[in-house]
Amino acid sequence: MKVYGVELESRLLLGTALYPSPKILADAVNASGAQIVTVSLRRESGRERAGQDFWRLIRELGVRVLPNTAGCHTVAEAVATAQMAREVFDTSWIKLEVIGDHDTLQPDVFGLVEAAGLLARDGFEVFPYTTEDLGVGERLLDAGCKVLMPWGAPIGTGRGLANPYALRSFRARFADVPLIVDAGIGLPSHAAQAMELGFDGVLLNTAVAKAGDPVLMARAFRDAIAAGRAAFVADPMEQRDMASPSTPVFGMAFST
Amino acid sequence: MKVIVNGQSRELSARTLEDALVELGFENAVVATAVNGDFVRKGARAVQSLADGDRLEVLAPMQGG
Repeated sequence: MKVYGVELESRLLLGTALYPSPKILADAVNASGAQIVTVSLRRESGRERAGQDFWRLIRELGVRVLPNTAGCHTVAEAVATAQMAREVFDTSWIKLEVIGDHDTLQPDVFGLVEAAGLLARDGFEVFPYTTEDLGVGERLLDAGCKVLMPWGAPIGTGRGLANPYALRSFRARFADVPLIVDAGIGLPSHAAQAMELGFDGVLLNTAVAKAGDPVLMARAFRDAIAAGRAAFVADPMEQRDMASPSTPVFGMAFST
Repeated sequence: MKVIVNGQSRELSARTLEDALVELGFENAVVATAVNGDFVRKGARAVQSLADGDRLEVLAPMQGG
């Protein structure tokens, strides 16, 4: 997979939140084979300095970081957060989230397109968290995005691909654009399904972090994503409604 | 003067952002800053003055999805 000129072997992007401990986070990242992890920015206390330990841990993992603008509800918040993330994480990559709805965490696609344009003009390489709407995808590309990240299902729900038909259309419409299914993945089979549809990668967090054994689940996702990708490349058979014998019937005994 | 630091009112004697960060205990910490909602890059902290009632955000790396 190639995103913004960077060639990657792993097609899994892993979030770093909600793990039981920093050690389990580190072990899960290693087990997943992920070369990109998502990170965020939050208010820091001068006394506790909790963020400093976290940042040391991530740097030791030797992976690329993709900072997000999670929790931003306005264009101004998202742009300011992205600018701060670029300085702290020393990367022009930004996972752009502009949240429009409190309950579903559905992107505010109008704000998303506006913020993407502002950031792209300012030299950012934007990974927009969007819906599967084709028109919005088009606008994001016009705004300067070179990657699109449609949602599978609302963040943290683990429901899998809520609208496979729409995602299939999205894939077909943006054939030459790197597409990453972001959010809503709960099981390795969901990730495999996204890869079988031809998506270039999958971004997930909760499904690994909240598993009983996050490290084992990270490995399961690594394998499922590799299997799904191989299946897509291998060109699956066509579905059919009627049975068709796989064992040849020619030369059978008792045939007339 | 009173400055709102990460949403909490703090009494600061510092007059610039750079001095305020030292006063608040962020010396040598990896943080990003914003004043009144606008990003202030590291190189501009020494010349960014603070006034009574300003809102200062000090952010650091954190887990994220």
